[in-house]
Amino acid sequence: MIRIGIDVGGTNTDAALLDGDRVVAGVKQPTTGDVTSGVVNALRALLDRSGVAPDAIDAVMIGTTHFTNAVVERQGLAPTAAVRLGLPSTASLPPMVDWPDDLRAAIGGRAFLAHGGREFDGRPISPLDPEELRRIAGEIAAEGLRSVAVSAVFSPVSADDERQAAEILSEALPGIPLTLSSEIGQLGLLERENAAIMNACLREMSGRVVEAFRAAVAETGIGGRVFLTRNDGTLMDADLAARFPVLTFASGPTNSMRGAAFLSGLRDAIVLDIGGTTSDLGMIVGGFPRQAPLAVEVGGVRTNFRMPEVFSVGLGGGSILREGPDGPVAGPRTVGYRLTAEARVFGGDTLTATDIAVAAGIAQLGDPARVADLPPALVDGALAHVRATLARGIDRARLSPAPLPVIVVGGGSILAAGMEGPDGAAIVIPPHHAVANAVGAAIATVSGEVDTVVSLAGADRDAALHAARRQAVEAALAAGAAPASVEIVDVEDVPLTYLPGNATRIRVRAIGVLDAAG
Amino acid sequence: MPLDDGYPLTEDDLLPLSIGAALLGTGGGGNPYLGMLRAREVLRAGATMRILPLDVLPDEAWIGRVGSIGAPLIGIERFAEGRECLRAMRAIEAAEGVAMSALIAAEIGGANALQPIITAAQAGLPVLDGDGMGRAFPEVQMSTFAIYGEATRLSALSDAAGNVVLFRDIADPLSLERLLRGTTVLMGAGAGAAGMPLAMDFVRRTAVPGTVGQAIDIGRTVLDARRRRQDVVDRVIERTGGRLFFTGRIRDVKREITGGFVRGHAMIEGAGDWTGSEARIAIQNENLVLWIDGVPVAMVPDLIMNMELETGEPLTTDMLRYGHRVAVIGMPAHPLLTTEVALKVVGPACFGFDDLTWRPLATG
Repeated sequence: MIRIGIDVGGTNTDAALLDGDRVVAGVKQPTTGDVTSGVVNALRALLDRSGVAPDAIDAVMIGTTHFTNAVVERQGLAPTAAVRLGLPSTASLPPMVDWPDDLRAAIGGRAFLAHGGREFDGRPISPLDPEELRRIAGEIAAEGLRSVAVSAVFSPVSADDERQAAEILSEALPGIPLTLSSEIGQLGLLERENAAIMNACLREMSGRVVEAFRAAVAETGIGGRVFLTRNDGTLMDADLAARFPVLTFASGPTNSMRGAAFLSGLRDAIVLDIGGTTSDLGMIVGGFPRQAPLAVEVGGVRTNFRMPEVFSVGLGGGSILREGPDGPVAGPRTVGYRLTAEARVFGGDTLTATDIAVAAGIAQLGDPARVADLPPALVDGALAHVRATLARGIDRARLSPAPLPVIVVGGGSILAAGMEGPDGAAIVIPPHHAVANAVGAAIATVSGEVDTVVSLAGADRDAALHAARRQAVEAALAAGAAPASVEIVDVEDVPLTYLPGNATRIRVRAIGVLDAAG
Repeated sequence: MPLDDGYPLTEDDLLPLSIGAALLGTGGGGNPYLGMLRAREVLRAGATMRILPLDVLPDEAWIGRVGSIGAPLIGIERFAEGRECLRAMRAIEAAEGVAMSALIAAEIGGANALQPIITAAQAGLPVLDGDGMGRAFPEVQMSTFAIYGEATRLSALSDAAGNVVLFRDIADPLSLERLLRGTTVLMGAGAGAAGMPLAMDFVRRTAVPGTVGQAIDIGRTVLDARRRRQDVVDRVIERTGGRLFFTGRIRDVKREITGGFVRGHAMIEGAGDWTGSEARIAIQNENLVLWIDGVPVAMVPDLIMNMELETGEPLTTDMLRYGHRVAVIGMPAHPLLTTEVALKVVGPACFGFDDLTWRPLATG
């Protein structure tokens, strides 16, 4: 199978072409404001360099920060209604109760509480009231809200109420996009509902963006299927992505770490992704990113997505050099995406970390003559600072004193060239390191997940676990997995404290590789 | 404002209070985040909250106790209607023919620190600055009120639908516990509860004093240290008189659930001053005993608290994961919890550590 992975970042659009497990070529192009042309440019450059014909491409996998950025910047969000089914329960904490004021204002901040929802064992809290929902639909229409998120208490246990309410609402509000919380998240009403509302407010934009991606792929003559990558390193096809843009959150760091693992052949390592402004550090365990254990905030809103545990240090290829109290230091100020215009070696006037790497002879970039006049003491001092900063980050990312190898990827990888890892850890800069995130997108898998509570007596638990495993596998197959490749990667079976009997929360996750035949 | 009016709680106090309550939860007690949001909603709706010292009200004043009971999962999925505890408290007042003058928390540690403050605000009453534990414990009889002789013949539960169940003429605490649990499950495994009114002179003698203020103070210290980019753990230790017992990375966490409680162990590999050492913490919802290189150095009822090394975030036992960098802090329990009679209820033997004898915590 011939695949292309694309990572559309705020600064660069990276692309990589893989034939089976072999990386054929990788390119880096500036991201453009109009989405399409940056992707088209990257695809054309990639096809040129690899010499592969467009019609030979089976699939294009796109990782994008568009939707995360829209929420973070509060740009392009649709006025949205949040409808929660749960009365009389839950009235003490209405939807969006913990949102930052400016984000709530940006989407209109309209929350409606209605009857419905379930107890933990599936029995109704109160019956769904169609009249009440039609009244709410009337208000939604009158206020000009253009997207709706529906959440119900314990919908991961029983999604019936959300589905019924969606039917009633879509009948009364034809054409309005509906997001159901049970389709997105897990137990934990606030976080699941938050994710559903964020998804709803992105629905107008997601249709346009996904269409633009499709158009860009088509423009280059590629006929293969188009996928977007998810937060957990798995894929969703373009139609699904248009419906669930929120699931693309944090796909960037996931792709970069998965790509680093793939390119280096290492399964357990620290990943150091050096960009223009910051360096991101995380860890791969068994080839997958280690997940953040706590609730993750996006744009100031708590969600319960699986996201890799990543932290940033303020040092990148574009970091500007300045005089610190103990000698020269780089960052946190940066020339960012203007690196190729403003850095000394590229003809500019600003001394950056990249210039130091060139002056020190660890990187060959731009015009070395333009930094030949730098005093050796300055170069040595600055390089020592850069290496010490990276070493501190690496040490912080480790979970044990064992000197795990460090995989360095990203456009600024040159900063780590020739560096010695702390405690003798190996520093690995794999081929195609600059486009590791695009490679990570290309190798993304497909998954299926189940999260539910069963209230059963002892012997039935095995049956419930078995059923959950089957559902997870079915979900992975529905997402496009090759049947032979599907495996269960995660089974959590957590008895609930306090409840007598055997109420148990079951979570199962299955993944598989994309079916070439699809 | 005259001293005996106490002091008002404002929105700015709620985050510090929830951080302090989480830390005093000693790993258990549940996450106060949602309780903090609820309290904020109540304040924004116009209610006022007031904290009163223990020495203000007359001996014969009645003090109410309320709290949410149920499975923690229910708390994060099926939020409260909001007035469950208030209804339960009103039912107790009606049954006893008394009116409450103030409320007090049974447990300052964790999620239930906020509930009495919310209910008191709804009822227009103050909350006393103190509680029945000064921390969190897994069982209700482990409060100073129970240890020093509160009556348990009466209790009430209410659910979101407004149903109120009154339990009266209850023979013994065990029966009460059983009836409360069973009914709570029928109410969807989560309910608002209210207990027997306590006389103010009893509360004055038996409550751990000052713990609401202490929690707010700890939370403010954490936030201030973060703002100034100071070492949060250092600042908290300095402020509370606790002692840093260990720093390191969690190497392993073992958990099992028996009888409705989470039991287990966390193993921590030493770092910094403790490089080469190993610590072990026994868990039953809360942190119970701390061993360093096999020697017990802190145990219940003293407080054993885990903070994330870099952010100072209090870590509950269910948050502990392989690889977490933690600072383990010990703080002496209030003397009311270390009397001979109290140690029979909250000492190490009550948690199955028959081989351990409580000694005052070394704080030097």
